[in-house]
Amino acid sequence: MTVLDFAHVTKIYNVRGAGQMKALDDVSFTLQSGRTIGLVGQSGSGKSTIAKILTQLERPTSGDVLLDGAPIPQRGQALRRYRQQLRMVFQDPFASLNPYHSIRYHIERPLRLDGVVPAAQTEAEVRRLLERVRLDPQTVIDRRPHELSGGQRQRVAIARALASRPKILVADEPVSMLDVSIRLGVLNLLADLQREEGLGVLYITHDLATARHFSDEIIVLNQGRIVEQGTADDVILRPQDPYTRELRAASPDPEKHFAAQSPTGGLR
Amino acid sequence: MPGGSGSPASFLHESDTMTDTLLSVHDFSVVYDVEPPVAAVKNVSLDLRRGEILGLAGESGCGKTTLAYGVQRLLKAPAVITSGSVVFHDASGESIDVNGLDPEQMRRFRWDKVSMVFQGAMNALNPVAPIGAQLEDVFDVHRPEMSARQRRAEVKELLEIVKVGAQRIRSFPHELSGGMRQRVMIAMALALRPQLMVMDEPTTALDVLVQREILRQISQLRHEFGFSVIFITHDLPLLLEISDRIAIMRDGEIVELDTAERIWTHPKDEYTRTLLSSFPRLTGERGVVVR
Repeated sequence: MTVLDFAHVTKIYNVRGAGQMKALDDVSFTLQSGRTIGLVGQSGSGKSTIAKILTQLERPTSGDVLLDGAPIPQRGQALRRYRQQLRMVFQDPFASLNPYHSIRYHIERPLRLDGVVPAAQTEAEVRRLLERVRLDPQTVIDRRPHELSGGQRQRVAIARALASRPKILVADEPVSMLDVSIRLGVLNLLADLQREEGLGVLYITHDLATARHFSDEIIVLNQGRIVEQGTADDVILRPQDPYTRELRAASPDPEKHFAAQSPTGGLR
Repeated sequence: MPGGSGSPASFLHESDTMTDTLLSVHDFSVVYDVEPPVAAVKNVSLDLRRGEILGLAGESGCGKTTLAYGVQRLLKAPAVITSGSVVFHDASGESIDVNGLDPEQMRRFRWDKVSMVFQGAMNALNPVAPIGAQLEDVFDVHRPEMSARQRRAEVKELLEIVKVGAQRIRSFPHELSGGMRQRVMIAMALALRPQLMVMDEPTTALDVLVQREILRQISQLRHEFGFSVIFITHDLPLLLEISDRIAIMRDGEIVELDTAERIWTHPKDEYTRTLLSSFPRLTGERGVVVR
């Protein structure tokens, strides 16, 4: 059981000419393997700052981030080993893959760098990972990113994230750039992998609908502070905080829309 | 709460009161003349009513953008319009055959009668010119008889209308938030009071709260100025809320065209049902993501 502890983290940026900006204000949560936390909030709420701190691209001004009780290493081999356990899937599968390299290369790199499997087994492992994300190794392995669809590319990005056998996956808007019709497929894939590999997943999004269906727990962030936290259904269906309610009211909800329109008033 | 007026009632559907046609598209086809040729739009016919918001939905590559660009002749080679007619019924009573316009007539027609809010409009502004100057350009080109003073007054009024505020006239795009930039783009599209605005994924890059504000504004402006909207997006939940009618496209064809409510309650086409079931419902039953 892996446990990621984000404890009382505050992050302050010094903005030239504008003083200090508090991006995160005393944020705490715990992510366990096998669980998914949805992190929602509008642009600028601090969602991505959390991801940056988790990957050590930024350091907290105060507070601790602990993986299985140990603080995040700040440099060298130890930091590398930490990052091996925590991987990211980015929003834009068009930008996160290198157009010059084949799909094989993208997945081989982490395998080699992290020495996950002996060199002789690298090819087999690449194929296994591609199959894992429901891609046919035969057809995609020698392709380049531009030859694949957005959904296929995002699957490659997921396979790459899984290559170093992480315990925690941070997925920053992994489906928002994809066509609506294939979003569910990718989310279902992530849910399968999470269950089968016992991953802890931090799902960062501003889409309340997918957050609710995909997460066990949801954290609502507003201006760097956690304003609401609870099980997915509690937070979305019975929001307590005014900001959460505002977010919910702004999300498209045809069910409510047409219920309110019908002369009988619908089910509400 | 600030978002309180986001109740669905703010998007009144007026389809029952509108029968007047603004744009008639008949048997319209577009082929991308590559090897092998791709039939992007196949024999599409539809009537757009005056003042209505028509949603155009479908997956990437279904032809929705090609259709919307094609009816304004905005397509470039290798796209070729292979059949069909587009007739614009001007408010003056004149009917304009869009395919028959010569380049100068076409130049006048565009933006004056039909304007666009482009996909990724947030990045469509010139980064090195103040927004006021970019808005003035529209009048410079289309209303050369206007004086500088009149132009400036018009631009200030436009910025007020879209709630950016006239005091931002000298702001550069990077000094505005994404939502504000999108409002500037809407102001630009509104400048000549066109009768039709084509919006291609106008809110896709914005977060939900800003998106809601922009949609509310589009809806209000539509009521105030009476223009029609062709709204292109693959976000069906959003489309269901703001559209009067929705056309569902697949492989270059419109498979279903009906009021938003009937698309939601009684989808006839199998593909419409598939699309409807492909997005998770905010308040609907759990289980769409198998966990």
